[in-house]
Amino acid sequence: MSETAIELIGINKSFGAVHANRDIHLEVPRGTIHGIIGENGAGKSTLMSILYGFYQADSGEIRIDGKTVTIHTPNDAIAFGIGMVHQHFMLVENFTVLENVMLGAENAALLAGGISDARAELDRLEKEYGLEVDPDAVIEELPVGLQQRVEILKALYRGAEILILDEPTGVLTPAEANHLFRILRQLKEQGKTIVLITHKLREIMAVTDNVSVMRQGTMVATRKTAETTVEELAELMVGRRVLLRVEKGEANPGDVMLSVEGLTVRDSRGVTMVDDVSFNVRAGEIVGIAGVAGNGQSQLIEAITGIRKALSGTALLDGQPIGVTGSADPNELRGRGMAHVPEDRHHMGLVLPFEEYENSILGYHDDKRYISGPFLDMDAIRDDARVKIGKYDIRPDNCRLKTANFSGGNQQKIVLAREMERDPSVLVVAQPTRGVDVGAIEFIHKRIIEMRDQGKAVLLVSVELDEIRSLSDRILVMFAGRVVGERTPEATEGELGLLMAGVESQEAAE
Amino acid sequence: MEFFGLIFGLNVFDSMLRVSAPLLLACLAGLYSERSGVFDIGLEGKMLAGAFAGASAGYVSGSAWIGLLAAIAASVFLALVHGFASITHRGNQIVSGVAINFIAAGSGVILGQAWFRQGGRTPSLPNEARFNAIDLPFATAISDVPFIGPIYSGLISGHSILVYFAFAMVPITWWILFRTRFGLRLRAVGENPAAVDTAGISVIWLRYRAVIICGALCGVAGAYLSMAQNAGFVKDMSAGRGFIALAALIFAKWRPLNAMFACLLFGYLDAVAIVLQGKEIPFVGHVPVQVFQALPYVLTVILLAGFIGKAIPPKAGGVPYVKER
Repeated sequence: MSETAIELIGINKSFGAVHANRDIHLEVPRGTIHGIIGENGAGKSTLMSILYGFYQADSGEIRIDGKTVTIHTPNDAIAFGIGMVHQHFMLVENFTVLENVMLGAENAALLAGGISDARAELDRLEKEYGLEVDPDAVIEELPVGLQQRVEILKALYRGAEILILDEPTGVLTPAEANHLFRILRQLKEQGKTIVLITHKLREIMAVTDNVSVMRQGTMVATRKTAETTVEELAELMVGRRVLLRVEKGEANPGDVMLSVEGLTVRDSRGVTMVDDVSFNVRAGEIVGIAGVAGNGQSQLIEAITGIRKALSGTALLDGQPIGVTGSADPNELRGRGMAHVPEDRHHMGLVLPFEEYENSILGYHDDKRYISGPFLDMDAIRDDARVKIGKYDIRPDNCRLKTANFSGGNQQKIVLAREMERDPSVLVVAQPTRGVDVGAIEFIHKRIIEMRDQGKAVLLVSVELDEIRSLSDRILVMFAGRVVGERTPEATEGELGLLMAGVESQEAAE
Repeated sequence: MEFFGLIFGLNVFDSMLRVSAPLLLACLAGLYSERSGVFDIGLEGKMLAGAFAGASAGYVSGSAWIGLLAAIAASVFLALVHGFASITHRGNQIVSGVAINFIAAGSGVILGQAWFRQGGRTPSLPNEARFNAIDLPFATAISDVPFIGPIYSGLISGHSILVYFAFAMVPITWWILFRTRFGLRLRAVGENPAAVDTAGISVIWLRYRAVIICGALCGVAGAYLSMAQNAGFVKDMSAGRGFIALAALIFAKWRPLNAMFACLLFGYLDAVAIVLQGKEIPFVGHVPVQVFQALPYVLTVILLAGFIGKAIPPKAGGVPYVKER
C-alpha cells in the first residue's frame, strides 16, 4: 500500500473555450481529510467529476494507491474504491434506504438475496461507524442530515476507501454539520481517505488536515491546515485581500417601515408554513431572519411581497396596509417603495435566456423612463443597463450578453442593481449570496449596509448564519414556521444554532 | 330486474375480459416505458402498426404465430424510433409520440392499399391464421357444476390465448418491477436518473430496454385486435384504446395490479355500452350509446380530480437525461 491515496498529475480539462482545469497537481495522503477550496467556477467540481469518472481529462494522469489508473465511468471509480457524496443527493426519494443503498450493487438478478446481504452489511457499517439509520425508512421522509448519511453509507457499501464530499454542509444545520464532521473524523481513524470540497473557510479549518486552494482552474496552493489561517486562504482563493467581515457602524433606526402582525401562511399542499408571525423593521436597520431552509422563510417573504396569499394576519408598508390575505400585488407594492431580491434568482429573479439589459428592467418595464409611446425605448433601457453594470461592477460588461452566461455572482448583482437602484424605502432580500463567490459576497454585503445607512429598512433572510450575524442589527430565528427567538448580533453561533434546531429558547439561553 | 340481469350478466363480464385484454396490454406497455421516465403517447400508433403488420403477415404466411412476431417487430421498431428521438437525441417525448401515431395511422392504410387493394384493409384472415378461442381443460366437463361451472366454462374458459397472456402479464410485471434487479433500476431511472448514473448504471441502455418491452407489448395488443378480436386489419381499428390505456395508467398510479382493475373497469363500461344499445334504462329512459362510450374518459377526469388522490407520475418522466456539468 502506498502512502499516497490519490495522486493527480497534470490534469487538463476544457469545455469548449472554458479551461476548467489547468495542469492540476494534487497529492492526498492516505488516512487524511483533505480540503479543496475555491470560489464557484474555480474548477473544484470538475476535478472531482474527473476523479469519479463523470468526465475524462483531456490530458494528465490519475494514480490511486500509487498505481496509474484510467477512470472512464463511475463504475471504474467505484471499482478503485472511490465513493462520492454529491452536493445534490443522488437518491431515489420514494425508495427506502435499503433500496437506495443496493441500487447498482444488487449482487444478483433477483433482489431477494441482495436484500438480506445489504441488510446485514448495513447493520455492520452502522455498528462500525455509528451511522445509524432505519433501512426501511423512505428517503423523502428523512431529514436531510440522514439523507446525507445514506449517501455516505452507499459509498461505504460499495467498499469505498476514498470518500469525496462535495459541499456537504450546505443543507445542514450547524449541529448536523458538526455531527457530520465527527463521522468524518471517525472514518479517518478507520483509515479512510476523505476529500472535502467546500467554499466555507471555517469548515476547512475545523476538520481538515491539509487544504488545497483552486482559483480559475488552477491549483494555486496546498497548505497544512494547522499552518495556515482563514485570511490567507481567502486571499489565495480570490487573489487579493478580502474583508471577511464587513465593517459597519451603529444602526440608526427610525420609523417603522414594515410591520407584520399575526401572519399565517399555508403552502400549496395546505401545510401551515408560517404560523402567527409578527415583527417589524425600522428605517435604517437590518433585521435578519435566520433558520434552516424550509422553515417558512420562503413563504413569509412571498406573502409580504404579494406573491403568495396569506391565510390570516396583517402587514403594513410605511403605515399603509399590504393586502396580504387578498389584494396584495407585487407591482403595486413595488410602486409603493418595496424592493424584493428573491431567494432563487434563476426561478424568480431573472429570465436566463434574456439578454442582460432585458433583465435589468424586469418588473419596471412600465416605468416612464423606459417607454416611448406604446413601445419600449431600447436605447434608454440599454443606457440605463450600462450605468448599472458600471456601478455594480458586473462582468463581463456587456448588456447584450445572455444572462445565463454570467456567473452566479454577477447574475445576483444584476438583480441587486435592478432592485436597489430604484431607491426603495423597504428592501426585502433573500439569500443574497447563495452560490456567489467570496469576492462578490464582500461587494453585496457592502451594498446592503449602504442601503441601511441611507435610511432604508432592510429585511434579510439567509440560511448562512455568518451572513446573518455580520449584517443584521437584530436577528429573528425561524423554526417550523414560528419566530422562536430574537437575538442581537452578539449572540453566539451555538445559541442561534440551537434555536434554529428548534430547541426551546429557555434551554438555548442556558 | 331485467336491467340488472342485463348489466351484471355473465356474458357482460365475458365480453369485459375480451375488451379489456388489449387495453391491459397497452397499459402495461405504457407502464414499463413511463416507469423508466419515457412518456409514451404513441401507444395507439404502435398498437395500430402491430395490428396491421400482424394481419398482413398472418394472411401472407397463413400462420398466426408469424403474424404475432411481425406485429411485435413492427411495434418494437416504432418504439425504437421513439427511443432514438427521445432518449438518444433528447427530443420532446410528446412530439415524438404524436408523430408515431400519425405515421402508424397513415402508413397502415397506404401499405394495405398498395399490397392488398381492398381500400386499406387486409384480406379476411382464415381461421388458422387467427388466435381463436381456446377451451381450458375440463371446461365442458364441469360446466354443469352449480356456480363454479358456469363461471369457469362460461367466463374464464373460451378466450384467445392472448387474453390469458395479457392477464398473466399483470403478476409477471409486478414481479419484474418489485422483485428483480432490472425492476429496481427501472423504477429508479424514472425517478432520479442521476442516482442511477452515479451508481454506475447506464441510463440510456436501461431506458432503451424499457421502450423495447413497451413496443413488444403494444405489438401483442395490436395482434389481438386484428387477429383475435377481428379477422383482419381495418383503418383506425385501435379506436383510441391507446389513449384509454394511458388514462388507465394514470388512474392506476403506474402500478400493475391497479392497472388491471382500471382496464377491467373501462372494459366493463364498454361491454355494458354494447348490451344497452337501444335499450331503455329504468327511470332514465333511452340513453344515447355515446354516453357510455364517453364514460371511461369522464370517469378518468372525475376520479383524477380528487377521488383517488393525487396521481404522482414518475418524477423524471418526460425529461431527457442530461449529465450535469
